[in-house]
Amino acid sequence: MGADFNNDKNPQPETAVKKKVKYKGKKVKYKVSIGDRIISVLTYVIYSLFAFVCAYPFYYIFINTISSNELSQRGKIVFLPQEIHFKNYERVLQIPNIFQALEVSVARTIIGTFLTVAVSAFLGYMFTRETMWHRKLWFRFVCATMYFNAGIIPWYITMKNLGLTNNFWAYILPVIVQPFNIILCKTFVEAVPKELQEAAEIDGAGTLRIFYKIILPVIKPILATVAIFSAVGQWNSFQDTLLLVTDQKYYTLQYLLYNYINQASSLKALVNNTNSGEALAASLAHAATTTSIRMTVTIVVVTPIILVYPFFQRYFTKGIMIGAVKG
Amino acid sequence: MKKKFFADPKKVRGYKEFLYILPLLILVLVFSYYPLYGWVYAFFDYKPPFPLSWDRFVGLKWFRSMFENEVRLKQILTVLRNTFAMSGISLFFSWFPMVFAIFLNEIKCKPFQKIVQTVTTLPNFISWVLVYAIAFCIFNSTGVVNTVGMKLGLFDTPQMFLQSSEHIWFKMWLWLTWKNAGWAAIMYMAAIAGIDSELIEAAKVDGASRMKVIWHITIPSILPTYFVLVMLNLANFLTNGMEQYFVFQNAFNKEAIQVLDLYVYNLAMGSGGYSLSTAISILKSVVSLVLLCATNKFSKLIRGEGFI
Repeated sequence: MGADFNNDKNPQPETAVKKKVKYKGKKVKYKVSIGDRIISVLTYVIYSLFAFVCAYPFYYIFINTISSNELSQRGKIVFLPQEIHFKNYERVLQIPNIFQALEVSVARTIIGTFLTVAVSAFLGYMFTRETMWHRKLWFRFVCATMYFNAGIIPWYITMKNLGLTNNFWAYILPVIVQPFNIILCKTFVEAVPKELQEAAEIDGAGTLRIFYKIILPVIKPILATVAIFSAVGQWNSFQDTLLLVTDQKYYTLQYLLYNYINQASSLKALVNNTNSGEALAASLAHAATTTSIRMTVTIVVVTPIILVYPFFQRYFTKGIMIGAVKG
Repeated sequence: MKKKFFADPKKVRGYKEFLYILPLLILVLVFSYYPLYGWVYAFFDYKPPFPLSWDRFVGLKWFRSMFENEVRLKQILTVLRNTFAMSGISLFFSWFPMVFAIFLNEIKCKPFQKIVQTVTTLPNFISWVLVYAIAFCIFNSTGVVNTVGMKLGLFDTPQMFLQSSEHIWFKMWLWLTWKNAGWAAIMYMAAIAGIDSELIEAAKVDGASRMKVIWHITIPSILPTYFVLVMLNLANFLTNGMEQYFVFQNAFNKEAIQVLDLYVYNLAMGSGGYSLSTAISILKSVVSLVLLCATNKFSKLIRGEGFI
């Protein structure tokens, strides 16, 4: 990686240097036409709109969770919260299983992330070890998995045969080895000067010792990227619960949220499409009172991401950029 | 022989290193390669609780039934139409993140640029379940879109945005764009940042307007990035993933929202058609692999390098 950046610093021909000096200090500006002005204003307006569309939903849901439920029901809460209260959050804490689901989500995020990072770093390093027996073959063996997929049913049956249905490890084991992350780490390890490893080897350090004494400290930045990606992936994961878990003990927050939202929407659709009998009217009333709860659960599930995201944005960006170079 | 083998410390080390990674290779074998064995289910009449037995071997029955059973064929054609439509729409609009990045880059006020970038990237990091939850909160009958829309007189009765199949393909694309556009733009931003600034300065000196710089310098420089992404899009034409469509599907839009991945899931989990659904996913995998190789070849032909 580092070498790529240095290529730009070729010694420049003298004329080019002269030219550069000539324009120094004088900032060259565009000829500004009216058309350009209009475009410039338009871009500001359009980007503001786009940003608004991305941010407002989060804000809208949040102010509705802390406003009076009755006002929220009538759609009165649009820009500012009114009659602030936190009862919805108290009620969310009383949802059966919510703490268990939180525990499962947090546990899978922490354990899954830790293992993914450790394995990606280790394999990324090991695949640079030229001494390894058939190194290239194994590297291809791992990377090839990016390009095929057995499909949902064979995968499900495999998991079932392995006893990984209704099992916490079903969340962890299948995603530990991820070719993309390994490639990221490998790229970074390759950029570490070979002399460092050679010197350590002369001092008698073994393969593993070199890994945790020399490689690990150096590739920390990319590990942060891998960690963030994997943590977000674990926290957001939904499909594995849907397919593999029927026992409430292993429900994740995402799955709980899906259940909450989905019950409500099907119920509402039913009510709105049949001319409601009394039972339906009653269920509508019930569904209506829990809209606020649904919003609150949404906020609870999304908050960790929003809190973590701004601090780690640069790592995300770095990840996608290295990915683009490699990909 | 044996003595020689152990005498070479380098070789011993090589084996040892292999042993270190062996457990992880086994993990890959079990979770990525072993499921391929499950493709045999497509050639049997598999009913879940019973183990596979040779009495139930049916050969290509399921593959034939896709084309011979008229109801099935119609269903599959509908699903293919949906898949093609949604992949087609996103392919057609695949230039959007690029244009988004180009004009975002033109913005002079850096804090504004930064804020826009941060805010528009955020939706990429929430799950589809959360996207659906948000859609539900905003678009349900007491949600903000309905209340404000009614106040402005756009419609008189609450609209069921999520419970209808109207414009569903386009709506799915809109959600996809809401979630991904900002994120996809980052890659183009990086490509734009890599453009030689002297080139742009020189063009300015020669009196090029901003649009001309964009048209003659920026776009040609980031076109290779765009090209790769389009190729990847093409390779994944049949693979839309199921999560988005799964969370948004309901009784009213099912007909129009079912893409291939979702159909395979619904067929197996909903109606127990394990064998048929495996057969379909085999066909899908084969076609996808062919697409991948073809686009890679095509990319090699045009750019001189593939993307695999």
